Amino acid sequence: MRYFFYVIAVLFAATPLVSKAQGWEEQNVFVSEAPKRVLRVISSTDTSFFAPIIESFLTENPDTSVEYLVTSTALLNAEFRQNADAYDVVISSAMDLQLKLTNDGFAQKVTGLSQPEWAEWRQSLFAFTTEPAAIVINRKAFEGRRVPQTRQDLILALRARPDIFRGRIGTYDVRSSGLGYLFATQDARISETYWRLMEVMGGLETKLYCCSVDMIDDLADGTIAVAYNVLGGYADARPETSDALQIILPSDFPTTMMRTMFVSRTTKHPEQARDFLRHVIALQSGTVDRDVFPLPPLISEQDEIRQSTIGLGPALLTYLDVLKRDTFIKEWVSAIIQE
Amino acid sequence: MSNSVRVSGSLRNRLAITLIGGAAILAILLFFVVRAYAAQIAQKGQDSILGASATSILDAAVIRNGSVEVDFPYSAFSILNTPSDDRVFYAIYRDDRLLSGYELLPQPFLQNGAQQTFVTTKFRGATVRLTRASRVLVGENLRTQVFVTVAQTQDALSVTLNRISRNVALFGVGFFVLAALLSFWATSKTIDQLTRLTTSITRRGPQDLTPVSKPVPAEMVPLVASLNTLMDRLDQSLQRSEDFIAEAAHRVRTPLATVRSYAEATLQRVSKEENRQALRSMVRAIDESSRAAGQLLDHAMITFRADHLDRQDIDFADLVTDLVRGLTPIAEMKDVGFDLQCDDSVKVSGDPILLQNAVRNVIDNALKYSPSESVISIFVRAAPTACVVISDQGPGFPVDQISQLTDRFTRGDNAMGIIGSGLGLTIAQDVATAHGGALHLTNLTKGGACVTFSMS
Amino acid sequence: MKFLLIEDNIQLAHAICSRMGFDGHVIDHAATIRDARAFSATEDYDLILLDIMLPDGDGRDFLKHHREGKKDTPVIVLTARSQVSDRISILDLGADDYVTKPFDHAELEARVRAVLRRRGGVSQTVLRVGNVEFDPVAGTLVVDGTALQLRNRELRLLELLINAPGQIFAKQKLVDRLFSYDDDVSENAVEVYIGRLRKHLKGSSLSITTLRGLGYRLEHE
Repeated sequence: MRYFFYVIAVLFAATPLVSKAQGWEEQNVFVSEAPKRVLRVISSTDTSFFAPIIESFLTENPDTSVEYLVTSTALLNAEFRQNADAYDVVISSAMDLQLKLTNDGFAQKVTGLSQPEWAEWRQSLFAFTTEPAAIVINRKAFEGRRVPQTRQDLILALRARPDIFRGRIGTYDVRSSGLGYLFATQDARISETYWRLMEVMGGLETKLYCCSVDMIDDLADGTIAVAYNVLGGYADARPETSDALQIILPSDFPTTMMRTMFVSRTTKHPEQARDFLRHVIALQSGTVDRDVFPLPPLISEQDEIRQSTIGLGPALLTYLDVLKRDTFIKEWVSAIIQE
Repeated sequence: MSNSVRVSGSLRNRLAITLIGGAAILAILLFFVVRAYAAQIAQKGQDSILGASATSILDAAVIRNGSVEVDFPYSAFSILNTPSDDRVFYAIYRDDRLLSGYELLPQPFLQNGAQQTFVTTKFRGATVRLTRASRVLVGENLRTQVFVTVAQTQDALSVTLNRISRNVALFGVGFFVLAALLSFWATSKTIDQLTRLTTSITRRGPQDLTPVSKPVPAEMVPLVASLNTLMDRLDQSLQRSEDFIAEAAHRVRTPLATVRSYAEATLQRVSKEENRQALRSMVRAIDESSRAAGQLLDHAMITFRADHLDRQDIDFADLVTDLVRGLTPIAEMKDVGFDLQCDDSVKVSGDPILLQNAVRNVIDNALKYSPSESVISIFVRAAPTACVVISDQGPGFPVDQISQLTDRFTRGDNAMGIIGSGLGLTIAQDVATAHGGALHLTNLTKGGACVTFSMS
Repeated sequence: MKFLLIEDNIQLAHAICSRMGFDGHVIDHAATIRDARAFSATEDYDLILLDIMLPDGDGRDFLKHHREGKKDTPVIVLTARSQVSDRISILDLGADDYVTKPFDHAELEARVRAVLRRRGGVSQTVLRVGNVEFDPVAGTLVVDGTALQLRNRELRLLELLINAPGQIFAKQKLVDRLFSYDDDVSENAVEVYIGRLRKHLKGSSLSITTLRGLGYRLEHE
């Protein structure tokens, strides 16, 4: 028996605080049985991924409703910095932005969790997924040909058939996507190959996207043949597209990010906010039920993926430095847009 | 007579407390000093990393096309990673202008010539350790100074300090316990010296007033010297007392001897009965005084010696045999015979002088009351306890007064006409009691008195 | 017998000398250790009576010196000290016995006799009269070859009578000599002892005669 129901609120009507900002990508309220309060969760993850998690939370906490607001990582960061007291829980895939928010004192400690120390920072910022950046291709484009396994392979593949790929490559616009910027800077830090790839992609009129979803959509319908540095999980999540697409984790180095969340220091419902965070963490530990937790959970064993995971530490502040950012973006722009 | 000495404090305790107190103070001092030192070192550790971070940022500052570019490496902040996930703040200034980083980050003054400084300060509600470094960049027509400030919270430092504090505290406690044990041991060893001296003095016999000859530690020399002086004075005093008694005895008895001799001589030449009686009474009176004096001296001596018996291992049988031999001439005068029977050897531990005195007094008593031509039986037995049983054939003890006879100066009703001071049995009983024994008075069924002097 | 008396108290010394002389002994008297040494160096004595407290020294030193000189004359010490400890130390130093002042002459005599008896070899004290052999020191009486057992008082009585043959002894005198001052004896006790002695002397060359109102006399046939 369903004891809750979805309510699609009219934008700008339910929450006056949002009125000054841009529009949310998604906005849903999950109402519980006997709500005493509403938890406002601001996130960059699609609602479809989080719905089962929230539902299971409401089952255990019938006196709390959850309002789930989705926006892009960069906007999320800006919005939260402006109105920290309006939100209780912050979830984002931009580890660097999340870390800076925690460093700047926007998060509060949540105790009682036994996360491995590389999956949390200051017991305030908690990682709960492991998601590598992948190269996703449209199978048709590589029919009969060797599928590139590394970045180097991709460079060669692109150079080999420039006409096929001209205008049919997609990647994040690092100027507007926090996650994209993160992936790009981590890539560049690791290998020289990244810049060469960017130059090659720049010469082939690469399309720039703000979000993974759009990239996957275009990939699925053939608008683009290759998407670089996209979250494989998104492609995986859509059964109808999985046949058409192939997810490749670059074997030279799969840059892996962890989705992170924290409880706002100025939350008005600290108890319930912390409970929500604990609930999410609990779901992804042990044997994970994919129906309840659709995202790829934290990998605890030491393997290649684990070693290539971006580290949660103050080093993430480096590329958020305005000078360095300016420098990087200048270079990136000159590589990918002007040749 | 045992002295109860008043106790005031304890050397052992005082010494132990002083040593332990000192150890405690030292341990606490150690704790603070080591902790402070460790804190200093730990701080230096953090400072060196902060310094390296600031330096690596500073090193990346260049002038390009008239503007300052600071493309600092990833490692500049990755080295600031700590197990406690300390927060990091930084600011890059060109002269007075903030190029990037956190606004309002404290900018401590750099002394002339100094290129780097470290301070502990507060930022955004947290205590941070902050370093500021600078470099002068020179370009074509440009000369500018770049300041880099890097700050980090001190959570990891606190954790380290706490761990160090705990370890130092444990170490301090361990040191203290060790020092305490050492103190007890040292105290015992020192007090040992005193104990040894005490033992050697206690083991001395009661008559031993010789000075302490064993070597003692320098600090105890004044004490032992005083003790020796005291014993010497006591010895002299005792000697003087003995000399005094001897002198007194001599002065009293010599004239008595003279009178007695003359009386006896006179008796030879006098025939009138009443004169004879008078002279006989005189002699009796002299004998009584002499005997009294002797017994008083004996009694005094016994009272003195009873507290410090000069116990020796002697054969009681031999002692009594000697005594009987010495008294035989007197007995012979009265035609009284001694029947002496001893067990082979009767080993006792006792003061031979006191024992001789006591037994002599009992035999004297028997002699006094024995009629002429009678026998005094003396048995010396070893079992069940060492004892001597002296029985005579005289009138025996007055039955209703037996218990009082050993009281001082009490004489029985049947003592009329017989010279004696009444101390004889008292002396014997005192000696018996002092040796843990007893004196028993009974009357024999066939007539006569029986005195049993037993040693335990 | 020959005695040396070493005593500094003149009156006491006179008393002792007269009493012993009364019994027929020879006594030399020295009042100081110096005189004593002079006497003992030149004369041989049967016994020395020694006082401890002397004006020019301790009697014990004289004793030690005397013994070291290999002279083993019997010594009886006269002392005012009656402590048993003193007795032991005096005997340790070489004295044979000691007597406390004031002393009973009878006791002194008894002790002298005992000492001499212990020393033995004083054969010149044996008295022979007819078929009677009497040794007052050893206390033995042999009549006609038969040894007789005599009581102490009987011996003393015989000794008194035999030392003054022909002399009449009044009962009173005999009482004084035979009994101590403690005993309240009547003169009849003397009669008893005389009777006993007569019995012992039966068949010997000695007899005791009663002289009414006067006393007794030992006669030799």
